[in-house]
Amino acid sequence: MGNPNVGKSVVFSRLTGANVIASNYPGTTVDFSKGKMRLDGEKVEIIDAPGTYSLEPTNKAEEVALKMFEEADVVINVVDATNLERNLYLTLQLLERDKPVIIALNLWDETKHLGIYIDEKKLEELLDVPAVPTVAITGEGIKKLVSRIKEAKSPEHIKPTSDEARWIEIGSIIKKVERIEHRHHTLVDRIADATIKPLTGIPFAIVIIFASFWIVRLIGESLINFIFDPFFNLWYKPVMVELSNLLGSGFLHDIIIGQLINGDIDFMQSMGLLTTGLYVPIGMVLPYIIAFYFTLSILEDSGYLPRLATVVDNVFHKLGMHGHGIVPVFLGLGCNVPGALATRTLETRKQRFISATLLAIAVPCMAQTAMIFGALGTYGMQYIVMVFLTLGVLYVVMGLILNKTVKGESPEIFLEIPPYHRPSLRAVTKKTWMRVRWFLSDAIPFLFFGVFIVNVLYVAGVLQWLGRVLSPVTQALFGLPGSASVALIMGFLRKDLAVGVLLPLDLTPLQMVIAVTMLTVYFPCVATFAVLIKELGIKDMLKATVIMIATAVVVGAVLKVILLGV
Amino acid sequence: MTAKTLPLTSVIPGMTARIVDIRGGYGFQKKLHMMGLVNGKKLRVVSVQPLRGPVTVEVNGRQVTLGRGMAGKVLVEVIR
Ligand SMILES: Nc1nc2c(ncn2[C@@H]2O[C@H](COP(=O)(O)OP(=O)(O)OP(=O)(O)O)[C@@H](O)[C@H]2O)c(=O)[nH]1
Ligand SMILES: [Mg+2]
Repeated sequence: MGNPNVGKSVVFSRLTGANVIASNYPGTTVDFSKGKMRLDGEKVEIIDAPGTYSLEPTNKAEEVALKMFEEADVVINVVDATNLERNLYLTLQLLERDKPVIIALNLWDETKHLGIYIDEKKLEELLDVPAVPTVAITGEGIKKLVSRIKEAKSPEHIKPTSDEARWIEIGSIIKKVERIEHRHHTLVDRIADATIKPLTGIPFAIVIIFASFWIVRLIGESLINFIFDPFFNLWYKPVMVELSNLLGSGFLHDIIIGQLINGDIDFMQSMGLLTTGLYVPIGMVLPYIIAFYFTLSILEDSGYLPRLATVVDNVFHKLGMHGHGIVPVFLGLGCNVPGALATRTLETRKQRFISATLLAIAVPCMAQTAMIFGALGTYGMQYIVMVFLTLGVLYVVMGLILNKTVKGESPEIFLEIPPYHRPSLRAVTKKTWMRVRWFLSDAIPFLFFGVFIVNVLYVAGVLQWLGRVLSPVTQALFGLPGSASVALIMGFLRKDLAVGVLLPLDLTPLQMVIAVTMLTVYFPCVATFAVLIKELGIKDMLKATVIMIATAVVVGAVLKVILLGV
Repeated sequence: MTAKTLPLTSVIPGMTARIVDIRGGYGFQKKLHMMGLVNGKKLRVVSVQPLRGPVTVEVNGRQVTLGRGMAGKVLVEVIR
């Protein structure tokens, strides 16, 4: 346990060998993770808890931390050695309870060049519990920490007391154990400040955001052009053609290979398990997932996100949240599931509801983005811009409306800004890999399932029937053929698959814009839906669902009038 | 000469000031204490965002962003 952003997750990874996400901003861990390690030949369970400033929780993530504390037999209190004074508050609270505690003085490497000198022996003596300096990212001191876990104890002389008394106690401890050399404001500090001052910070934020998108596209396209497409076209396709010939025609062929388009396999449209089912996640989405998470990891580890949260706070405040609401958006652009979890760092129900609903409506995950590009890429960039512009406008407009209509408080931002760090390539690569693996193990079963269902429904004639029945409605409201509604049903399972349904419909570019936008807005995928039910509760999720569907219908109808002019 | 007391929101970015009073309930006080904002503490105002945006200050060598309303409840005297 410990304050946010002190390196708990890195310590946890060191202790257990399990990998968890660590980033340079408070509120990275919002749920607990369990892992095992050997201690004196015995297997013990270690828990990584979210960060908290005190034992009185102020948001959902901190509530989880408190619950973990109550479950634990021994507490490893990870402390930011460069910020001892503030960290000791939680430490004292922990020591007041009767649970054995051991302290890890983490970020020890940073203390030296900040001119901070801590006498850890003295601290140990004053608090009467072991205190071990550690550098979690290099592993320094971790062995020692482990070897002393059995010395953890709950000191007799520290008793529950008032806030004031705690701060006085902390003051006197600090005086005895810490010496800080005065440090002048360096050039680096000045540059760091420039990224948060409005005059320079706002242009900087715009540049960073555009640069990030550009990098994601560059990496993603390069991966596709040089690795994934050659693989699928030169190597994989001949195998599939062979298999197709071998299977002949019939149900099995339809399920595995799918329909032949003009006598040939089309990876996007054939809808077979081994053709579209494999190509969409691997050939279309995966390259962008890799590119996105690589870029996001760099942004996260640098420590820029809290500064961005500060710069955009005034906008987010008008939308009923505060600046930290940008974190779910960023994570959601990769996948809406971690985005939905990240709403836990917002303090009130109102903020979480707005953040989660807007996420589901207007933040396209990578699979959705790949779908948007896949469906509109051949028509031209301007159509893709149209979709994203619509989504951006939706985020703001819906936010303004929800802020006015949803009851509850939206407290102001109160956020610690961590110092900048140079992201290490190793950490970034590792983190990217962890998330990519997660995508693969999570998304692919859904895709296969989706492809399977579509084929069964198609063979049974259900989809054709649905298309006919819904045709008058979709035609009148959105200017779309009835079979486009099939894409909406597909999209419930995996949005990226829906593109395979839309492409054969021969829509005009503007019709495609409408279809794709509605597809993004009307509903999150099942995985996100499940997480949102857990995060918001059934009742709020029902409300959110109604809002999403209503928004999609309105947006579709409005776009029809604007774009098609009828 | 005693320095004038003014809310944190009126301090020009770049200036250093000392906290004289934090107005507000127990919970609010506690929250600020947690980030090192205590009576008598010296702080530097790093930035003030436009359109009633938040204020970022540096205390104990650490930066923290607080909303405009909160910052208005922190009374300080400017040192330089
Ligand atoms: N220089 C240095 N950086 C560290 C050390 N330990 C962790 N870090 C970095 O500090 C940042 C925060 O680490 P996390 O493990 O995510 O922190 P946490 O305490 O789990 O944070 P929350 O989950 O947000 O509460 C990351 O960017 C780490 O790479 C250390 O000993 N030295
Ligand atoms: Mg963590």
